[in-house]
Amino acid sequence: MVLVPIVIIFSSFFTPADDIWRHLIDTTLPELLINTFWLAAGVITGTALLGISLAWFTAVYEFPGRIFFSWALLLPLAIPAYVTAFVALGLFDFTGPVQTTLRVWFDSDLSWFPDIRNKSGVITVLTLSFYPYVYLLARNAFMSQGKRSLEVAQSLGLTRRQGFFKVALPMARPWIAGGLMLVLMETLADFGTASVFNYNTFTTAIYKAWFSMFSLEAASQLASLLIILVFVVIVLEQQFRIRMRYAESKRSQRAHRIQLYSWNKWLVVGFVFTVVFLAFLLPVAQLSVWAVQSINADFDLTRFGEFLWHSFALSALAALLTCSIVIVMVYAVRRYPDASMRYAIRAATIGYALPGTVLAIGVYMPMVWLDGKLSEWIFDGFRIDAGPLLQGTLIAMLVAYLIRFMAVGHYPIDGAMQRVTRSIDEAAMSLGTQGWAMIRKIHFPILKSGIFTAATLVFVDVMKEMPITLMTRPFGWDTLAVRIFSLTSEGQWEQAAVPAVTLVLAGLIPIVVFMRQTESQINE
Amino acid sequence: MLNRFFLVFLLILSLLFVQVAHAAEVVVYSARIEQLIKPMFDAFTEETGIKVKYTTDNEGALLARLQAEGKNTSADMLITVDAGNLWAAEQAGLLKPVKSEVLAHNIPMHLRDPNDQWFGLSVRARTLVYNPKKVKVSDLSTYEDLADVKWRNRLCLRSSKKVYNQSLVAMMIAEHGETETERIVKGWVSNLATDPLPDDTKALEYVAAGKCDVTLVNTYYFGRLMSKDPNLPLAVFWPNQQGSGVHVNISGVGITKYGRNEKAAIRLLEFLSSAKAQNLFADLNMEYPANPSIKPDAFVASWGDFKQNPMNLSKAGELQTTAVKLMDRAGYK
Repeated sequence: MVLVPIVIIFSSFFTPADDIWRHLIDTTLPELLINTFWLAAGVITGTALLGISLAWFTAVYEFPGRIFFSWALLLPLAIPAYVTAFVALGLFDFTGPVQTTLRVWFDSDLSWFPDIRNKSGVITVLTLSFYPYVYLLARNAFMSQGKRSLEVAQSLGLTRRQGFFKVALPMARPWIAGGLMLVLMETLADFGTASVFNYNTFTTAIYKAWFSMFSLEAASQLASLLIILVFVVIVLEQQFRIRMRYAESKRSQRAHRIQLYSWNKWLVVGFVFTVVFLAFLLPVAQLSVWAVQSINADFDLTRFGEFLWHSFALSALAALLTCSIVIVMVYAVRRYPDASMRYAIRAATIGYALPGTVLAIGVYMPMVWLDGKLSEWIFDGFRIDAGPLLQGTLIAMLVAYLIRFMAVGHYPIDGAMQRVTRSIDEAAMSLGTQGWAMIRKIHFPILKSGIFTAATLVFVDVMKEMPITLMTRPFGWDTLAVRIFSLTSEGQWEQAAVPAVTLVLAGLIPIVVFMRQTESQINE
Repeated sequence: MLNRFFLVFLLILSLLFVQVAHAAEVVVYSARIEQLIKPMFDAFTEETGIKVKYTTDNEGALLARLQAEGKNTSADMLITVDAGNLWAAEQAGLLKPVKSEVLAHNIPMHLRDPNDQWFGLSVRARTLVYNPKKVKVSDLSTYEDLADVKWRNRLCLRSSKKVYNQSLVAMMIAEHGETETERIVKGWVSNLATDPLPDDTKALEYVAAGKCDVTLVNTYYFGRLMSKDPNLPLAVFWPNQQGSGVHVNISGVGITKYGRNEKAAIRLLEFLSSAKAQNLFADLNMEYPANPSIKPDAFVASWGDFKQNPMNLSKAGELQTTAVKLMDRAGYK
């Protein structure tokens, strides 16, 4: 079912769009490929460096404000990347307050000031927006490895640094790879940030072929290439991983953290604070300023409450549905662990790499087709013209979200499942625990943190999601994201600040709940 | 037997989910955002008692959606913010012609489809805005003139990905042909003071801050910025007044081919072209009413009268793909 939209997009190859391809090859294709490559490479490197180092610091070391920072570092998740992009451009661009003020101070034209409307600008913004995926998963891994492995490494004569590179990092690989896969897919699917910076990528070309040259076929063909690319990466990663087995299941005791001293300590604090500041505090501060400026008399509180409630309800339902389905899938793989099953499931998560609107229409088309069939049957059977049944219902919407965010649910839960070893099952069975009781008593506690991670990520992502929400929502089911869309599409960014801030704040709730859960679990 | 059960089950489902079609109701797919269209719908409901249900999205997605839904669509009306997409909807066979005396009277020829499948409701003029501290008005003349070397490093443009620029270039192709237009667009690109900008407001801010001297924008962006900060060094110039006139685009409407409430939809369309709704169009977003008997908002009127390019806007749709390719070739990002 999940694959249907992707198949539909691939089927576009039967309808040729030669002239557009010829045009692309003659003009912009090389630039697009190079741009997309550098963007992906840059963001992957950036998020890996930031995500892993931050996860390591907060998982292993003790420094002032550690507990606060360990959850504050997740907060950027709540801010859609295009919002961060717009704020960055608003602040640091030629006409922004930073450059304007500096021009007055120095009384010069400031030609040395770096232009941010370029490759490094986009990479920086996306890195700051997406690093939490890596951070979250890597931290999960480091925390559950326990300090024991590190202690063992040290007792074998490795230095702390060697311990990190030779023991901790390799052991955390499936989680880190999962986080980086999510980052890669999000980066490839990104349209908002690239268009704020007017940076041409594969995705902007897809939209251009579709919306500007009216060729959904050419757009789908481009999108299929994107999918093939991601699939190759998945296969490579899988090949790599198959050779290793990860099984570290012992819940670590609360081993004491390594205390950092003197300037080392402040270096870490400074680094962590800078990240939180740039990726969260700054955008939110700017949004708040705009929100205060733009909130006016005709601000309709009832409607706003409605947007908020819709956003919240949809996100919660989608998180619940996605996690349940993913758990079933992960168990299926465990039961029948052959390669084809694995690939089928990985393929199911690939929709995440598709630009939102392309996936949205890919999901929508089969749904409408099914609808048509249903109403035909009903008409044949009862002579009732029932009209569309599925379209414009919450069910349709939730299925679409499920398809989109399968990947986000999959990686954390799959990662957690790797920790439930055969020997655990065998031990449990030898003690007479089986079936449902085993799942509840043995598996669930181990899987819990993975499930929470997945649910949080899906919740926050659904909240930010735009194209699917726009296309499949029932009449009147406007959400905060829909509101942001309608204000920003006419360039009224300042007015969009009110729903944007609300979106960010609402997104914080699951993150805080999540952190509470994991902290208490670890402190048990 | 089982089959029967299945059908009964479906029937129950349908009772749960079908939003029963009311007799007096119009369903609208709108690319025009809610804030800029709801007041007109409210006025319509108040006058006629007919309810308007609407959903908003970007126009490309709405077109694809209409196409996917085919005969099963619940939409009666499509609203876009440019002519190109209405043209595309017509080409895809999603619209049907409307013969209406009222519309023929209210909407000028160049703002509606020659086959009566779509109608412009408000006019968006894309014009020159310059920094009066740095530019002599006598130096300004036409869109084409911005390709002249005297503007080297003095021009700012919005990205070519926005349909407003694509329509403008398409209309230039209709007037000058491809070769000449490509020369002009190349001239623009070599005159740019900075890479193309993400939106019209940003382009205006760049001119005001002195990074460049002149830009091309829709007037309502200028209006919005000036009403926020009236002291900005920005002024409107109407180009091509000796020639073909200012490039205009429309926000417009088509009636869908498979809609279920055709009569009510046409009634809404006629209402939208009437004085009452046209005044709302003028006031809400500082656009120009399509109906020539309605005056624009006072602030908008203060920028002066201008001659519109009278060429039919269906050309903007017809030549849009050509325009996009041309801009790619010219290196206009």
